[in-house]
Amino acid sequence: MKITSFILTPFTAGALSAQNIPFIKADQITRWKTADTDTTYVLNFWATWCGPCVEELPSFEKLNRKYAGQNVKVILISTDFKRNVEKGVKPFVQRKKLNSEVMFMDESNPNNYINLVDTSWSGAIPATLIISKHKNGTQFFEKQLTYKELQAAVKKAL
Amino acid sequence: MKKALSPLLFALLAVATAFAPAGGGYKVGDKATDFSLKNVDGKMVSLAGINDAKGYIVVFTCNACPYAKAYEDRIIALHQKYAPLGYPVVAINPNDKDVQPADSYDKMKERAQAKNYPFAYVYDETQEIAKTYGATRTPHVYLLDKERVVKYIGAIDDNSEEPDQVKEKYLENAVDALRAGKDATVTETKAVGCSIKWKKV
Repeated sequence: MKITSFILTPFTAGALSAQNIPFIKADQITRWKTADTDTTYVLNFWATWCGPCVEELPSFEKLNRKYAGQNVKVILISTDFKRNVEKGVKPFVQRKKLNSEVMFMDESNPNNYINLVDTSWSGAIPATLIISKHKNGTQFFEKQLTYKELQAAVKKAL
Repeated sequence: MKKALSPLLFALLAVATAFAPAGGGYKVGDKATDFSLKNVDGKMVSLAGINDAKGYIVVFTCNACPYAKAYEDRIIALHQKYAPLGYPVVAINPNDKDVQPADSYDKMKERAQAKNYPFAYVYDETQEIAKTYGATRTPHVYLLDKERVVKYIGAIDDNSEEPDQVKEKYLENAVDALRAGKDATVTETKAVGCSIKWKKV
């Protein structure tokens, strides 16, 4: 059944293959920040149970679609509890048909990565970090973003 | 010159945006304001009204946030351990009930009753106290000494999901230091938490 729909709707391949959610550690943030690449990274920190996060997800999906050809990579980094990845995050990603890449922040102590993301981040989610080597370096937002705000930030980064 | 200035201006704007709801708040060493907020028993609670306190463990928390829930039993245990020593927990729910109905005053009463909260659980309905303190998420802890000087800000410990796996009890270490008349080794930590549900304007 899944295979059939995979073939019929290749554009949702991301959603269907997203059953595999890579686990990342804090040092991945540093690697993105120091990567010698033209890619602009849009990292969104969220959780399935976070109302404002879920509300803004469609904006990130739209951004992912519209800027796919401009080296913009949207990554949704889940901060859900680890025990919920299998039974919570994966079914959620499938149900919402998320095409953006979803990863899991595998750090039990958030102090290991919060300041690496941005020293101004208090830890509240949603939070979004845009990393670009082009203009304006990194931009950080500790709040829910609208598509307009997100698009404006990405345009500044390109 | 223009080129050098614009990223800086942008950075300043970004910072201003990020902190817009909280307005900065307290740093360790600042003197925190007292408050008078309605407890789940219907009575008004202020720090000054707590007899024989040598300090206060002020916790911004709520009913609905999974991180707050994960810490609920630990917050109860903290009060049971430290209130007899003069350091009671005062829990403050800062969430707007229209944005998060599960955090209404009535729901607070239900939760406090169901879990038999031994501490005051008060409602910051105007969100003024959360804003003044600079709380941004739940749970978010402020340890105050007797004079309400902030001694520690941040997380309760280093593992929200697995209480058994906790290695650093940041808050307890800070309370123990305060009791011993010493400065805590770690005075500020961070934690991922649910953003405070600010009133929609």
